[in-house]
Amino acid sequence: MRSPTALRARAEELAAALPPLLAEAEHLASTVMMGAHGRRRAGTGDEFWQYRPATPGDPARRIDWRRSARSDAHFVREKEWQAAQSVLLWVDHSQSMLFTGSKDRPDKSERARLLGLAVAVLLNRAGERVGLSGFELPPRSGPLQLLRLAEVFSDTGGLGDYGEPEARGMLPHARAVFISDFMGDLAPVEAALAKAADRGVKGALLQVLDPDEEAFPFNGRTIFESMGGTLHHETLQAGELRDRYLDRLAERKARLSELAHLADWQFSTHHTGDSSQSALLWLYTALERAA
Amino acid sequence: MFTLGPIGFTAPWLLAGLAALPILWLLLRAVPPAPIKRRFPGVALLLGLTDDETQSDRTPWWLLLLRTLAIAAIILGFAGPVLNPSKNQGGSGPLLVLIDGGWADARDWSRRMDRVEVLLEKAATDGRPVALALATELPEEGLQFQPAREWAAQIPGLAPHPWDPINAEVIAWADGLEGRFDTFWLSNGLDADWRTEVLGALDARGAVQVFESPGPAYGLRPPVVDDSDIVLTVLRDRAGANPDVALSAIGLDPNGVERELEQVTALFEEGENTAEARMSLPPELRNRVTRFAIAGQRSAGAVVLGDDSLKRREIAMIAGREQREGLQLLSPLHYLDKALRPSADLLDGALLDILPANPDVLILADVATVAEAEEQALLKWTEAGGLLLRFAGPRLAASDVSRAEEDPLLPVRLRAGGRNVGGAMSWGEPKALRPFAEGSLFYGLGIPEDVRVSSQVMAQPGPELAERVLATLSDGTPLVTRKPVGQGQVVLFHVTANAEWSTLPLSGLFVQMLERLAVSSGGTRPSAEELEGTTWVPEQVLTGFGQLEDAGIMPGVPGERLAAGQVGPDLMPGLYSGGDRRLSVNVIAPDRALSATNWPASVPVEGLETRAEQLLKGHLLTLALILLAVDMVASMWLSGRLRGARQGFVALIALMVLVPDSQAQEVDDQLAFEATEGVVLAHVLTGDASVDEMARAGLVGLSRKLTERTAVEPLTPIAVDLERDELAFFPFLYWPITANQELPSNEAYTKLNRYLRTGGLILFDTRDGNLGNTGAVTPEGRRLQLIARPLDIPPLEPVPEDHVLTRTFYLLQGFPGRHNAGGVWVEAAPPDAELAEGMPFRNLNDGVTPVVIGGNDWAAAWAIDAQGAPMYPVGRGYAGARQREIAYRFGINLIMHVLTGNYKSDQVHVPALLERLGQ
Repeated sequence: MRSPTALRARAEELAAALPPLLAEAEHLASTVMMGAHGRRRAGTGDEFWQYRPATPGDPARRIDWRRSARSDAHFVREKEWQAAQSVLLWVDHSQSMLFTGSKDRPDKSERARLLGLAVAVLLNRAGERVGLSGFELPPRSGPLQLLRLAEVFSDTGGLGDYGEPEARGMLPHARAVFISDFMGDLAPVEAALAKAADRGVKGALLQVLDPDEEAFPFNGRTIFESMGGTLHHETLQAGELRDRYLDRLAERKARLSELAHLADWQFSTHHTGDSSQSALLWLYTALERAA
Repeated sequence: MFTLGPIGFTAPWLLAGLAALPILWLLLRAVPPAPIKRRFPGVALLLGLTDDETQSDRTPWWLLLLRTLAIAAIILGFAGPVLNPSKNQGGSGPLLVLIDGGWADARDWSRRMDRVEVLLEKAATDGRPVALALATELPEEGLQFQPAREWAAQIPGLAPHPWDPINAEVIAWADGLEGRFDTFWLSNGLDADWRTEVLGALDARGAVQVFESPGPAYGLRPPVVDDSDIVLTVLRDRAGANPDVALSAIGLDPNGVERELEQVTALFEEGENTAEARMSLPPELRNRVTRFAIAGQRSAGAVVLGDDSLKRREIAMIAGREQREGLQLLSPLHYLDKALRPSADLLDGALLDILPANPDVLILADVATVAEAEEQALLKWTEAGGLLLRFAGPRLAASDVSRAEEDPLLPVRLRAGGRNVGGAMSWGEPKALRPFAEGSLFYGLGIPEDVRVSSQVMAQPGPELAERVLATLSDGTPLVTRKPVGQGQVVLFHVTANAEWSTLPLSGLFVQMLERLAVSSGGTRPSAEELEGTTWVPEQVLTGFGQLEDAGIMPGVPGERLAAGQVGPDLMPGLYSGGDRRLSVNVIAPDRALSATNWPASVPVEGLETRAEQLLKGHLLTLALILLAVDMVASMWLSGRLRGARQGFVALIALMVLVPDSQAQEVDDQLAFEATEGVVLAHVLTGDASVDEMARAGLVGLSRKLTERTAVEPLTPIAVDLERDELAFFPFLYWPITANQELPSNEAYTKLNRYLRTGGLILFDTRDGNLGNTGAVTPEGRRLQLIARPLDIPPLEPVPEDHVLTRTFYLLQGFPGRHNAGGVWVEAAPPDAELAEGMPFRNLNDGVTPVVIGGNDWAAAWAIDAQGAPMYPVGRGYAGARQREIAYRFGINLIMHVLTGNYKSDQVHVPALLERLGQ
């Protein structure tokens, strides 16, 4: 399950159900690369755009001889300017993501990595460049990149108790997807979103939660520990805490939603008990809307 | 031992631990349940939340109570509680345990012995020396005081005797006792003359305590024959819970198996200690009765043995002269009839008709000659033990029978003509009888003065005559002669059976002579005078428990002792035989009555109930364990460890414990009802839904065709689950084989084999159309081999042309289904089956094949849908329709074969029989 190929196979499986996601490029950016998005103007690209009469200064090798032979003038064959979008993924690798409330549910981390890679597959299919935020894996296109992503995602070492979004190395006007449970401190999230907003990066926040975290089905005298063991809380009546815990959870979701709104991002919560398809669909639409 | 009501404690000091319970209560209250550690990412959200003040962290009171109870149960358990601790049968010094040991003890002997064991146990703990004595078997050398353990070892060897203690002996023994000792007296409750005196003697030696069971002792008096009824009198010594007692007559049934032939109930009136019951038995049954017993009573007194007095002999009488219109008093049989009818069953009829009925006695009155066949039969019957009693008469006198040579059916040679004495034409007076010689069968019978003989047939003198004479006239001529023939005998009265020749038949002597000859046993026991000087050998004796045992080599008993009647060590109750008579000696004398002992008030009387000590330790500890288990579940529930799946699991276990599995039974019954309403075809469920559906549709189609064309009208087919359903209801099972069918379990194989052995037929259908046709084995074929391996299947062969399957209803040559591949296998014909000349078929009479194996996919050919249209195509066009028709015919033939067996096989003999009859 955790092997790169298996993970990729499952991600491909998931992605196969969706039409290729065509992320809309908003701007021509300096990161112009060959991509599948026609810019409705002449430029570098693969697609034919128009023939125009050759003007002085055009290199002779650019003259389309076949077209020119049909008339007296010389024509230059222009191609449409195409640009690919860059999408940066951040999938929380922390130990808190390793939680699952039941043996027959995948842990949050597994679901998050699956969704991340599925989005990557979709984007890749659409010709976008996908990479990880930070400097580990800059966005590239092509199937090899998917293999690299799968490799990284398969590395399951939990780092720290709670994850902090990686906001470094964000390309301007790129897209970003943050997948985490957002259970830790919100300050890093805030900072990351602020940084993203500064660079014109738009994207989506996907909170992955286990159903137990939503329901808090605990009773009796309990010592709660964080997955890394750094945090403790002891209670004599866990059941009594349920309402207050749920209040706090709702509060946190509202805060995340608000943060996303401020940065012009999308926010949604996904439960590991639900179908991952719905989460991918949401990511699909979210990336479109972010355009 | 510390006792509390009916409960005692072996370690009462441990009970002090109960005082610690309140402390425990407080301790437990103070300690909250242990926390669970849970990894939970959401803990970040919990930080800073505090528990409500109001929430108690103490253990709830009911959990406390549960735990306290568990601890209390443990403390009580280890304190060694004992239910019904044996009370102190106090005292010290030597102890005498006196057991009556008579037949009346047998009814509750084991309880008696339990009581004795308890007493001995107690005596052993108290260190008292014990002597043990049976009143019916008194120790000869006075009392032997031994350690109680020694006696305890002997208890299993003790058994009640089938007699009562003998007055004089017991009293003498009791008077001869010396020294001081206490007595425990286990009485059987029957009153007897010796009780008071023995009690006095024992009382003088020390304290006496009596143990007596409160239930009544029952006895059965010997049966009295009253006309055709048998009157049984039941005795009891005191009133019991039931006023009525069931009595059974036990004897051999015609197969020689002992069984209860008749049962009646005797009802005791209020306050009465005797009750009568009349048993009316047909003579055939009555002669078979060997004993009567009180049902459910194990004692020699509750059994009476039947003997000759109970039997009614069957006597056949044949007269030479048919006196159809003569006076009745002149009938040669009239006096015999009068003498015998009260005590015997008389048979009447032709000689050859009577002999098969095997009468005890055959009387020929004035029959001279019998036919050759009759003579042979008579001789055979006599040699087998019959008593042939002949009377002389004019015919015998006039005939030549036994003149020159001794007739095998006459004891002596006879002179021609006989003689008349004292008649009008003769000299002399009618002769009287000479007193019977000593050693004669009739010795001791008084001879009335008025018995006179005026005519007789005369015996030829001969060397053997003297020993054959039983009675003579005063002049020494033989009157009654006898000759043994094989195991039987022939007796000749040299006079007529009526009063023509003598007045003997008019006298009482005649009846007594017949009795002595055992012609009539008269329904009476031999009197004391008759018994005098005889010796009787015990054949079977009764044990104290009322069981008959072979007497083995027990010595014979003189008749005087038998006449005295009182059973004892020298006269065991049982069956005694002397000569050819059998006499029973019963425990209860005919005039015996039972009554309960009236103990003086000074003697303590206790029941026999040994309420056995019951250790409660195990129960209490079990209770504690259960409570702790409940506590565990409750604690888990309280602390939130009992969640989700585990909750469901616990609930499931509780349900399994609480709800009995009644559903399966209902299913079984329903199947049985459905399957036994009529003939039902059944198919085996394969687990493949489409195949099962096809099999069902196929059987529906076949059932419809059967209903249309034959007298067999099957009901809706039933699907059979081999693992679950009973197969015995179905005459026929269709079993389609799929390649991945699961093998039946061992139980299912047992069922299948039983089904095959008891006449069921299974049609295996591999549905591949080529089994046995080519060398290739299909997956279905392989699976079939696997499935059939543990089955009890006989050797098989392809259906031979003359197999009965080819003609049970239709005449068939092939057995097509959806395929027409041939290769249908059935049980092989026996190797010695031969083709008789001129017969179209071999003589294969026996056996319905238990299996038919093929691969023609019959169900598919038979299958019809709800509209009655075929579901699957078979062949093409007309040929296909024809093939389907033949498939149906095969099905019909098969069902006919199942239901009628080899009936059609028998039919082939008809032409041959007709031919033979014509010749």
